[in-house]
Amino acid sequence: MNASPLEPIRPGGMTRRQFIKSVIAAGAVTSAGLLFTGPAGAGHKTSPGAVERLITLTVNGQQRRVDVLPQETLAQTLRGKLGLTGLKVGCDRAECGACTVLVDNEPLYACSTLTHSVRGKNILTVEGLARADGGLHPLQQGVLDEQGFQCGYCAPGFLMATLGYLTANPNPTRQELAHGVSGNLCRCQDYDKILTALMRGAEYMRRG
Amino acid sequence: MAIIRDGMQPFDLYQPTSVEDALTLADRLGADAWMLAGGLDSLERFKDRLKRPKAVIDLGRVEELRGVRREGEDLVIGSMTTLTEVNRDPEIRARFGLLAEAAGEVASPQIRNQGTLGGNISQDTRCWYYRGGWQCYRAGGGTCYAGESTQGQNREHALFGVEGCAAVSPSDTAPALIALEARLVIKSAKGAREVAVEDYFVGPDTDITRMNVLGTGEVLTEIRLPATWAGVTFYFEKVRDRPVWDFPLVNIAAAMQLSGDRIDRARFVLGAVAARPWRLPQVEAAVAGRARNAAVDAAARLAADGAVPLPQNGYKVALVRNLVKRAILGKTTS
Repeated sequence: MNASPLEPIRPGGMTRRQFIKSVIAAGAVTSAGLLFTGPAGAGHKTSPGAVERLITLTVNGQQRRVDVLPQETLAQTLRGKLGLTGLKVGCDRAECGACTVLVDNEPLYACSTLTHSVRGKNILTVEGLARADGGLHPLQQGVLDEQGFQCGYCAPGFLMATLGYLTANPNPTRQELAHGVSGNLCRCQDYDKILTALMRGAEYMRRG
Repeated sequence: MAIIRDGMQPFDLYQPTSVEDALTLADRLGADAWMLAGGLDSLERFKDRLKRPKAVIDLGRVEELRGVRREGEDLVIGSMTTLTEVNRDPEIRARFGLLAEAAGEVASPQIRNQGTLGGNISQDTRCWYYRGGWQCYRAGGGTCYAGESTQGQNREHALFGVEGCAAVSPSDTAPALIALEARLVIKSAKGAREVAVEDYFVGPDTDITRMNVLGTGEVLTEIRLPATWAGVTFYFEKVRDRPVWDFPLVNIAAAMQLSGDRIDRARFVLGAVAARPWRLPQVEAAVAGRARNAAVDAAARLAADGAVPLPQNGYKVALVRNLVKRAILGKTTS
């Protein structure tokens, strides 16, 4: 947490010892080392009033402690440090939608969101959809029943965008849903089947 | 430019929770600081190494910059209000439907959930030479690759006011705010100033390296809509290559006060035809006091006055004329 809003979160804001402690605490020492070769852990001296980079994120209902660089995107944190590889990074430029996750129930592009900006918010990824007993979410069941996707790379993003859209409009027309998921691309050009599957999933959700 | 996949360059991140703290930081950090709103325009350029700020001030935790409130007759929109919130706000929809509609046409649902009204009007141009890191005039170099090179790809570029740079303003909400005569509140550690939104934007004739007047240490805090055009007849249309999730080829925002079929007064503003949103005062003067049907031909003739098409964007002249016609007649044919 920020000690003071006037103090920065610094790339090298910790000692090497603090850094190693923190990544061990986050259980992410290997992935963090692989992802970032910059100043993270490079032994920068502590700046006066520097801010703790070790933060707590609420992901899929769980509190996750994680060490986050100031310039880190939510997609990097979720995939590289928390092992949630369901979301995909297609373009990394807010142009494809494969990284879509829900933040406080709103679909956002995780590739274009700074992780520090979602501190204190509820993050839901595709891994959080299934029930605790492993049963599929009705939206996933709809996709399975209709064989909605071809290669499936874009599927997690489509599912999360759809879930966010259905919160506001649980009973959409096909046209409305198409507009609701217009921030997601499918390079297989499988849109017709995707929409059929998502409409089926929406129907299952309404039945409860 | 090749896509770089190893993340952004390091920067110090500040997350102030009040405007006062943001201004203190902006003043202290000066030109080293980058002001971050929704981040969709900024992060892309950090990733591409086109901008390498030492410090980033993220305004996302400043609650007082969010939301819509009434102040007397004015409707005051915080600069960090998201485009989704602008699109859904009942008061904006009821009195200034033009802005709600424009906000709803921006990009994609995810981008509207994150992108802000202040950010949408303050974003940089999409000219791919400039964004690709080419040393054009706007980037401090010595040519305009789109407009001055014989090989220039300029289908999306400017019709009006090309003084060196042929880039266009990409915003959908900016023309709507100009049509509504919005005013902007800009604060710094030294105080506050208010500018007409029309004067917020900068063309290449004034400064070829800037899109707006926002200076170092300044924060755009409020967008104020006066009652002047509340509840009149509005028209917004955005022409783009894809039906969704695309920047405009041309857009138009119009506000018309009608008495029956007669136009008492009107404002017409185009986007994506110049480096700044392009108002059409000659059309506004020509239609005032005339019936819609009687005004439309003269308006369409005048609409593209002063246009100097580039080799690949002549089609925009026809678009401009037809969009002005449709704005006056209130018809969308598709």
